[in-house]
Amino acid sequence: MLYNIFIDPFVQMAQMPDLLVQTLWEGLVSGVLYALIALGFVLIFKASGVFNFAQGIMVVFSALTLVGFYEKFSAAGFSGHTAAFVALVLTAGVMFVLAMLVERVVLRPLVNQPDIILFMATFGITYVLIGFGEMVFGGDPKQMIASELFLPSGSVDVEMLGGMVSFQKIDIAAAVIASVMIAGLALFFQKTRIGRALRAVADSHKAALSVGISLNQIWVVVWFAAGLVALVTGIMWGARSDVSFALEIVALKALPVLVLGGLTSVPGAIVGGLIIGIGEKLGEFYWGPLLGGGIESWFAYAIALLFLLYRPQGLFGDKIIERI
Amino acid sequence: MSLKNWLYALSAAASLTLPAVHDAQAEDSIYVPLFTYRTGPFAGSGTPIANGMHDYLTLLNERDGGIGGVKLIVEECETGYDTKKGLECYESVKPKKPVLVNPWSTGITLPLIPKAAVDKIPVLSMAYGLSASAKGDTFPWIFNPPATYWDGFTQILQYIATQEGGGIEKLKGKKIGYIYLDASFGREPLPLIEQLSKELGFEAKLYPVAAADMQNQSSQWLSVRRDKPDYMILYGWGALNATAVKEAVKTNYPMEKFISIWWPSEDDAKGAGDGAKGFKTLNWHAVGADFPLLADIQKHVVDAGKSQVSSKDKVGQVLYNRGIYNSMLIAEAIRKAQEITGNKVVTGEDVRRGLEGLNIDEARLKEIGLEGFTGEVKLSCADHNGHFSTFVQSWNGTTYEKVSDYIAPLSDKVGPLLDADAKAYAEKNAPWPARSEACDAS
Repeated sequence: MLYNIFIDPFVQMAQMPDLLVQTLWEGLVSGVLYALIALGFVLIFKASGVFNFAQGIMVVFSALTLVGFYEKFSAAGFSGHTAAFVALVLTAGVMFVLAMLVERVVLRPLVNQPDIILFMATFGITYVLIGFGEMVFGGDPKQMIASELFLPSGSVDVEMLGGMVSFQKIDIAAAVIASVMIAGLALFFQKTRIGRALRAVADSHKAALSVGISLNQIWVVVWFAAGLVALVTGIMWGARSDVSFALEIVALKALPVLVLGGLTSVPGAIVGGLIIGIGEKLGEFYWGPLLGGGIESWFAYAIALLFLLYRPQGLFGDKIIERI
Repeated sequence: MSLKNWLYALSAAASLTLPAVHDAQAEDSIYVPLFTYRTGPFAGSGTPIANGMHDYLTLLNERDGGIGGVKLIVEECETGYDTKKGLECYESVKPKKPVLVNPWSTGITLPLIPKAAVDKIPVLSMAYGLSASAKGDTFPWIFNPPATYWDGFTQILQYIATQEGGGIEKLKGKKIGYIYLDASFGREPLPLIEQLSKELGFEAKLYPVAAADMQNQSSQWLSVRRDKPDYMILYGWGALNATAVKEAVKTNYPMEKFISIWWPSEDDAKGAGDGAKGFKTLNWHAVGADFPLLADIQKHVVDAGKSQVSSKDKVGQVLYNRGIYNSMLIAEAIRKAQEITGNKVVTGEDVRRGLEGLNIDEARLKEIGLEGFTGEVKLSCADHNGHFSTFVQSWNGTTYEKVSDYIAPLSDKVGPLLDADAKAYAEKNAPWPARSEACDAS
């Protein structure tokens, strides 16, 4: 047993290095995609101190809206690429309207309420979006319009280490797009006036208001940014499978990422995503068979739990000191 | 009177009136609840089945005025493929005296098994649920025609043996991968797989997929790449199927060696593009809408705006037709119950007898408007399943085509295991009631 746990997996890694590289690559891609989901949570938490339970359904809603618009424009005679990009712009518009509605209808009336009230309000948003999405788009799965958005298909197969490692082009695109998006958001937070205002709001609503920062404007901006992140996440995850309400449960994978990276840190979301993504793939592939397989679903939480024991605020999260 | 008081008065009046209305309905109608899931992660599979079931029963109401002159009250309850919600649905429909329930989830079916005899409500778990519930002597209230998950597995094994150029002995030394939803449904055949792998000498490799990872199967398919199974068998549902086909294509797994139990839809294969051509599934009924009954559904239900199908081309797709088949069993069981009892309005107890006496032969299929749609269905008091043959269909890029003859299950292998499993179930749930229900001569 000890051999199977501590020796055999490493022997396998040495014997089949191509599969190790493939596993690391798959973990990296999953990690980047988890990071994207986690980023949506972090953005909103930073700005409002709210854990946005609706982030998962925002991923589904934005992807369904995109495909829904595409189908309408396609049926109206627009060419594939034109219909796709018009749909993309309109979907971004819908996410902006959603951000305004959330701010106006949900957040504004709840200013200065305890965090748990705002958290519960995001449950409400979740169920409204589920109901509205199902009413408008139905439950049928839809195909993501990846090729219409010029996302590549097929794979790049590279002979290395005595075997073949296959890199899916859509995965490469996902990694590049996610990296650009994350870098852009990090710059936005650190270097722009709105970014600084956003961090001020995260520290204290009252203090931010007292120096003239418009809380309402910041909330719209941040929910819109989270909506755009959700849209990109929906496109990437949807291209890997299909666009359906099943995507919502993928968002649960962001929870251990957040525990690991910290709820307030953009770099934390990235590093956390990568650790979870790579960790669970290695765990499932090399140690999963010892436990009958299927350990991926809890392995991420086990990693997060270990971190939690030693660093409750996560790798990059702020240590919270409260006066009691 | 203020508006508020008016509202109070109206709601009080409604609460007094509603039970009376329901009782009135109960006197001259038959209540058929449909547990469906048009929402949630499994809606992709649940919606077409719900449409098929609903449209068939709606047709009977619209075209024939119900069954035997009695209108059907068809009511859907949304379960989201969630066992907890399914049980809530069951409790909510129970007071309305349903003639049977269709859980459409193995997870929901399992806790209903002990309740069925107590509440006198038959459970129709059509080709899903507990395989051993085929044993009518132990489970007089549970019905799972036309084949169990265990039958399906042996049918796939036989197809594989045929591909290897011989009988079942050809499986010896083969490596067979089993990728499945890690839930009651996917775990159902595991005891059979364990037993058969020993008896037939093949190596089984298991690849469970948790519901949360349905769209994230790269680990399982990396393991497939490492283990190099000769054939892969899929027991998936919802987004798991679509993702599995995509991942198989991505891994360059040969599609002609990838065979599923009967649940994948057209959409599940379509998403993977041309690479999915050759993907195979079991089936026991036709695909397509070229049947008189489906033409009637088109005319009386779809064109009349009484269906929820998102487009007309959904009528005739594989899971829509699965729903049609399910409702055919419901309708024929009710009809048989009316025939046995001489009553127009039948109860759950009557329909249980109707299901045991079910005998849908070629002539009856023709009368229904489904000639050539499927094989005959005949159940009995002892056999609530029938263990009927299925065939293999292959995805050609547009639709599924039948590519094999009908394959009977390995009854000599499955039968004793089902007996043992039914006995073990009764012992585990002791004191399990001995069958007290009389058997109508069939």
